[in-house]
Amino acid sequence: MSEALKGRSLWQDAWARLKQNRAAMFSLAYMALILLLCLAVPNITGHDFTAQYPAYTRVGPSLEAYPKAETLQGELQDVAKRARLEFKEWHQKDGRIFLTVASDKPVDERVTRYLDRSDSFKDAKVEEKSADGLTLVMSAAAKQKYFYFGTDALGRDLLTRVFMAGRVSLAVGLLAGFVAVVIGTIFGSVSGFLGGRTDEIMMRVVDILYALPFTLFVIMLVVFFGRNFMLMFIAIGAVLWLDMSRIVRGQTLSLKRQEYVQAAEALGVGAVGILRRHIIPNMLGPIVIYLTLLVPQVIILESFLSFLGLGVQEPMSSWGVEIAEGAANMEVAPYLLFIPTFFLSTTLFALNFIGDGLRDALDPKDR
Amino acid sequence: MLRYTLRRLLTAVPTLFLIVTISFFLMHVAPGGPFDMEKGIPPEIKKNIEHVFHLDEPVWRQYLDYLGNLAHGDLGPSYVILNFSVAELFSIGLKISAWIGAWAMVFALVVGVFLGVVAALRQNRWMDYAVIALATAGSTLPTYVIAPIYQLVFGLLLRLTPVGGWGDGSFSHAIGPIITLGLPQLATVARLMRGSMIESLNAHHIRTARAMGLSDYSVVVRHAMRGAVLPVISYAGPAAAQLITGSIIVETIFQIPGVGRYFIDSALNRDYTLVMGTVVMIAVFTIVFNFIVDLLYAVIDPRVRYE
Repeated sequence: MSEALKGRSLWQDAWARLKQNRAAMFSLAYMALILLLCLAVPNITGHDFTAQYPAYTRVGPSLEAYPKAETLQGELQDVAKRARLEFKEWHQKDGRIFLTVASDKPVDERVTRYLDRSDSFKDAKVEEKSADGLTLVMSAAAKQKYFYFGTDALGRDLLTRVFMAGRVSLAVGLLAGFVAVVIGTIFGSVSGFLGGRTDEIMMRVVDILYALPFTLFVIMLVVFFGRNFMLMFIAIGAVLWLDMSRIVRGQTLSLKRQEYVQAAEALGVGAVGILRRHIIPNMLGPIVIYLTLLVPQVIILESFLSFLGLGVQEPMSSWGVEIAEGAANMEVAPYLLFIPTFFLSTTLFALNFIGDGLRDALDPKDR
Repeated sequence: MLRYTLRRLLTAVPTLFLIVTISFFLMHVAPGGPFDMEKGIPPEIKKNIEHVFHLDEPVWRQYLDYLGNLAHGDLGPSYVILNFSVAELFSIGLKISAWIGAWAMVFALVVGVFLGVVAALRQNRWMDYAVIALATAGSTLPTYVIAPIYQLVFGLLLRLTPVGGWGDGSFSHAIGPIITLGLPQLATVARLMRGSMIESLNAHHIRTARAMGLSDYSVVVRHAMRGAVLPVISYAGPAAAQLITGSIIVETIFQIPGVGRYFIDSALNRDYTLVMGTVVMIAVFTIVFNFIVDLLYAVIDPRVRYE
């Protein structure tokens, strides 16, 4: 009998309610997918996120492999030109590409390395040489490369870069969000719990910080911490805790009048014990909600800074950096703007829906 | 009412003082100065320049000087934009920024309130979902995405408006900045309005008004909207202050000679007086608009009284 009667905790209840919310569940699945992609994709595309392919700058998204048949001739002509040889003829046979070149001086056999050196060919060797040495037939295999999202202005694979950027954006969002929540929770709960003069002073401090121009603060942090972007975003997290501390303080004020807190006080539990054991656990709901709403804010802030050139530095990237580069190349290669924007916006969408869903699930009275 | 106004103005002074003080010292703690050029200038020349601008004096001295000048309404000369005083820079740029910002705010308020009301009246129907989608898109699509797309579509493809620049200051140059600046605000206003309107429509006095047989128009506009618009107004105060003092993103992308770009440029250049001037300008606008919001509250909601 006693086994059958197991109560449902707040979290089980909330989870049951969240499962009813289709938008939130879909967003949750989407975020899991994005996280997985960010972790996996840069490792399996076969391109390093810093690797540049000068032959393929701003090539459009395509499922076919590069080099494409229609561009091969041009590339072979480029190779011949670079080797200062006359381009004669080319053809494809048995999956290899045959190139005939000529010159008015005997052709050095080492010219094969011009083929190897280009982004499109590998494994070049001399097939035949005319008796006078003035013409040479070389063969090479095409280096197959896939750029499913195309490449950026420097010829880097966008697929790799977008998800590499996603790692940075999400990491920054989570890190700064977490820092802000921790500081805000501690500050707010101490202020609310102690009350009186201390509360008054601590809240005035928050008011004054509120009134300061936020952008100036952030720029000063950029100036201080320079290019160490992890440190910088920990610092930004340390600026964003103001709202959190107000919410937590309000919650603490009402929680500390609850009977169980009075009971704990009567039993002689100290202030730290009450905060840790009774007050903070009972506020986890609003804290979690606020964290999910803070993460997209930080991501937007980071992309704003990166857009101004103050955020993440090359060759590292973030969605803000990618969007800024895309905006600069918008006329010739609009996909450079649209692809990172798509991932940034859908992620923010999903995080907002998760936040709203959690609010409904954890705080059903609120609606 | 008069006493309230005076009291509000008096409490604004210490707030402003604190903001100025903290920003001043924050600025001076940061490494570098306005005359640390990449190439470097001969030390004796630098010394002369710093002497002219009193930068060789101790920081507390500079601080007191600045406060004294500020009290006389003197924002000082810009250190980096030569031969211009901060006040002159503002008098040129602020007109443009404020004009664009004011129109953006009007655009956001009129369209946002309208969409919010429509969504609330058609709750859970396609119109409502469309407004929610727009509101979410407006708050997740950053300005620096909307602005280039606007330029591409309306400037380059359709050739309806100029791509950028200020030209002769005609309205066509301002349409792009107004729309891109206003859209995120519009999204927030619509969302706030929808939420408070739904709440307001379920209130008892609305039921009473309907029971009395008032027309739909009268119920919605005179009774429901009156209460529902309050959260929008408290949001609009600080938002208007922000829009009027210019946006770096919009002004950079559209090449508008406003004041929005000064904040970041001057902070990076350590143009101390221009940074402080911007801080003061934003603070004053924020204080003024919050004050206007409080007054509007009393006008709209008769329960609010300032004695």
